[in-house]
Amino acid sequence: MTAIRLPAGGAIDRAAPIHFTWQGRRLTGYAGDTLASALLANGVRVVARSYRLHRPRGLWGAGAEEPNAVVDVTTDEGGGITAHDPNARATLVGLRPGLAARAVNAWPCLHFDATAAIDLLHPFLAAGFYYKTFFPPHWPFWERRIRAVAGLGRVREEADRRNFETRHAHCDVLVIGAGPAGLAAARAAAAAGLGVLLVDDNPEPGGSLQWRAGSVEGATGAAWAAAALDGAANVTWLANTTAFGAYDHGSFGLIERRDAAASGWARERLWLVRARHAVLATGAIERPLVFPDNDRPGVMSADAVLRYLRRWGVRAGRRVLVATTNDSAYEVAAALAEAGCEVVLADARPAAPAVAAAAAERGVHVRAGMVVCGTAGRMGVRTAELAPADAPDGPRERLAVDLVAVAGGWSPTVHLHCHAGGALRWDAARLAFLPTAAMPGMQLAGTVAGAWTLADCLADGHRAGVAAAHALGRSVAIAAPHAAAEPEAAPPRAVWQLGGLPGRQWVDFHNDVTTTEIRTAAAENYAAVEHLKRYTTLGMAADQGRTSNVNGIAVLAAETGRGIAETGTTRFRPPYTPVSFGALAGLRHGATFVPLRHLPAHDCHRAAGAEFRDYGGWNRPACYPRRGESTAQAIRREAAAVRAGVGLFDGSSLGKIEVDGADAVRFLDLMYFTPLAGLKPGRLRYAILLRETGIVFDDGIVGRLAPDRFLLSPSSSHTAGVLWLLEQWRQTEYPSLAVACHDVTAHWATLTLTGPKARAVLARLATDIDLTDAALPHMAMAAGRLEGVPCRLARASFTGEASYEVSVPAGYAAALWQRLREAGAGFGITPFGIEALSVLRAEKGYILIGADTDGTTMPADLGLPEPSAKRTAAFVGRRSLATPDARRPDRRQFVGLLPDDPAFVPAVGSHAVVREQDGKMRSIGWITTACHSPVLGRSIALGMIAGGRALAEAGATVELFHLGATSRAVVTRPCFVDPAGEKLHA
Amino acid sequence: MQLIPCPWCGERAEPEFVCGGEPVARPPLSVDDAGWADYLYLRTNTKGVHREVWCHAGGCGQWFVLTRDTVTHAVHGSAAP
Repeated sequence: MTAIRLPAGGAIDRAAPIHFTWQGRRLTGYAGDTLASALLANGVRVVARSYRLHRPRGLWGAGAEEPNAVVDVTTDEGGGITAHDPNARATLVGLRPGLAARAVNAWPCLHFDATAAIDLLHPFLAAGFYYKTFFPPHWPFWERRIRAVAGLGRVREEADRRNFETRHAHCDVLVIGAGPAGLAAARAAAAAGLGVLLVDDNPEPGGSLQWRAGSVEGATGAAWAAAALDGAANVTWLANTTAFGAYDHGSFGLIERRDAAASGWARERLWLVRARHAVLATGAIERPLVFPDNDRPGVMSADAVLRYLRRWGVRAGRRVLVATTNDSAYEVAAALAEAGCEVVLADARPAAPAVAAAAAERGVHVRAGMVVCGTAGRMGVRTAELAPADAPDGPRERLAVDLVAVAGGWSPTVHLHCHAGGALRWDAARLAFLPTAAMPGMQLAGTVAGAWTLADCLADGHRAGVAAAHALGRSVAIAAPHAAAEPEAAPPRAVWQLGGLPGRQWVDFHNDVTTTEIRTAAAENYAAVEHLKRYTTLGMAADQGRTSNVNGIAVLAAETGRGIAETGTTRFRPPYTPVSFGALAGLRHGATFVPLRHLPAHDCHRAAGAEFRDYGGWNRPACYPRRGESTAQAIRREAAAVRAGVGLFDGSSLGKIEVDGADAVRFLDLMYFTPLAGLKPGRLRYAILLRETGIVFDDGIVGRLAPDRFLLSPSSSHTAGVLWLLEQWRQTEYPSLAVACHDVTAHWATLTLTGPKARAVLARLATDIDLTDAALPHMAMAAGRLEGVPCRLARASFTGEASYEVSVPAGYAAALWQRLREAGAGFGITPFGIEALSVLRAEKGYILIGADTDGTTMPADLGLPEPSAKRTAAFVGRRSLATPDARRPDRRQFVGLLPDDPAFVPAVGSHAVVREQDGKMRSIGWITTACHSPVLGRSIALGMIAGGRALAEAGATVELFHLGATSRAVVTRPCFVDPAGEKLHA
Repeated sequence: MQLIPCPWCGERAEPEFVCGGEPVARPPLSVDDAGWADYLYLRTNTKGVHREVWCHAGGCGQWFVLTRDTVTHAVHGSAAP
């Protein structure tokens, strides 16, 4: 155990110990720890096995950049909710009491991972091995085995019961990153009176001021950061919040990690922010150095080592090699030496820079012109080797160390700039990709814009805040925060890899990509960065190139003989860090996924024992089972009762669209396939609406209430779509017509009496409407009063029985239901649900759009006549009915089918097949509806079959095929009950 | 998430709208099969400044013409059809 918690220092509360477990082992951290800092403080070196090769891995970083420490975390969320996160990153998990963390991707345990034998196979798991190795017929065999060992973390079977929520926010200025530049920008924008939203993925503002030296306005950086926004009421501070995506027109996605048990309801909050202006002050991420065995636990980012030391009081090692290419590691080395470490600093640059003197004073052994060229140690670094930077294959020097802190240079966090479409340029002096120019509506501030010192970051942040204010028409009266100028930094040295050395050199820890893979890809001509990324998975998944991008590009550039600028970089896309599906879904799951509509008489149906199901957004009675009755029995009883007596059905969800205006009839004649110009007031007509492609879009009853007023009844789930279609054409094609369309579905409740005794029941109610067949025949409608209430009666039928659709204002739905049940008591009135209605309509061969029809069905396929040549209206879809495809002789046609076995109900989707001469089956269509018909005492089906009408005329038998089983059925006309329609008029 | 200027309601967020694609003139019934197929299916798929019809479905319900850049997503204005 080499890492220890120091007795003092760090922003943790040593009076508040927190117990947690790692691999079942009980450990203790403190309030303020992350899981990562607590693990490190407890001397845990190996935190994960790598994704592809199962190599042991330790912590690399301390924040969002962490590529290795993907762990499985179980937490008690309170309220009996246990939450599992199968692939959390330990550096972003706040330590909580009772937290249980486990390693992923290791079996049977982290220190003896049997699957690590895979690492021995690495020569066969080179770049693109997936594409090279596994082809059919062997692929399915290998796929199962690969899937078993691949992936990071195991998703639990049960639903995630944590709470997530979504917030929408608007602000004047969104400042992303609360380091020195972000704070200076927020401070300036706030001083201009603008509403500022400041976000950072750390728990407190300050960024590197929390762990890097430097004073601002005469105070320590941390103290200044803590007080920088005091008194600024118009600044909203969001801690532990990562901006994961920049989207169009100033919109950003943020994810806020919250401790649900301690402070509030939601575990994570998704923020969708619209900012008038944004300041990206996202800082930079330290790069690894690429050298043999650089993935060994104990090789860490130097900046992260400093951060663990100062922020959490954790010393990550005792004998430390700091390997650097730039000045930033000297502060790390000096701090470690002050904390009691033996420190050797290998600087790849030939001469020690000016800052070396101060480090040497603190006891750091500075070795200029040296690079780390290898490590050894089974489960973590025990020794490291140094070699001359200019001759890495030259004489070596072995050091006994337990920590190698590497500083490979800085990569500005340009991701959000790129999400917004921003371009990058290679800065050969800073050895970094920097934005060419800020995107519209954005400012770049601090390191991401190329400011490398604290003083420059503060000045640039202030400038960005002032520029944002100016863009929004405000001015700033305060001055920039001041920091003492630092001595000029010595230029960094580019050491992208160590050539000519044996051993694998990792570029991407997260995806297990080494320099060898990149060389292989280049040799196979995957020489463009985007190709390289996809072929090797470099910079993919949770890493998103944060640590690996620039090193990978540099290796590719060297391999292809190009410069880094010429090689370019991959396009960064959202999200910057992984976002949980739970957070994206928010409240849109389960009962709150979509609003479900209830019928106005819902309570009556419940009282009548209805079994409810969801149909196209409506929660409706499927049937009304009696005590001891199964669903199937209830459906048969209800359907039979309608044919024999009278049934009562709630059809309130059936659409009701009113089309009004002097040009209403002209408009509908231009919209509908069915001619409506001749429809007389008070009459109904069954009408078909097409898409412009000639495909049947909807069917329904159209009634003419008055010469200039129509009522359309689209299918329940199609009402919005029909209104949409009508409105689109009215506005865009026929804007000069005097017509208006509106949806009155919710205004009216419609209860349908249907069956031979329907009129007798209705006649028992008081009404001023003449119910005789002469006054109100089939396909007629009338308006009047029923029991003193305004009422519309329509004689349309979806059952084949004489039917009265009784519509009253929706508030009277329950009263009408009660009244009709009382009136029908002596007639055996039977409430019936959708399922019985489906049986009744199938017996009659009435189509159900979307069930019997699909995206190819044209009116002629349903047996509807061609439009009359005398009709001139260019109605929607008309021209499409005259195309070669519409006139194909082998189009599928709507038919009935009677299975040879009357007890066998074929599955919907069963194919009708014919045998070719070679004995193979060929589909000529399929079954669209099938059920048992109570009135016929046998099974019936409807289907779409090529040349079906001729088969029906001939009484032909077809073979049905479904999941390997065959059966036979006779093709008939699509109507099994009362083909003459006499019952409708009874 | 784009900000779409509805000519009647002002700037609103994209989820309130439905894009109806490129406006196309409807040919008469006498058009030949190829001409009708072009009308139904053929679009310019413009890269750059592009005219589209949009509907403020979650607001006033009105269709309008929007001019925007399909590369930069810059919006150049909207007008009633």
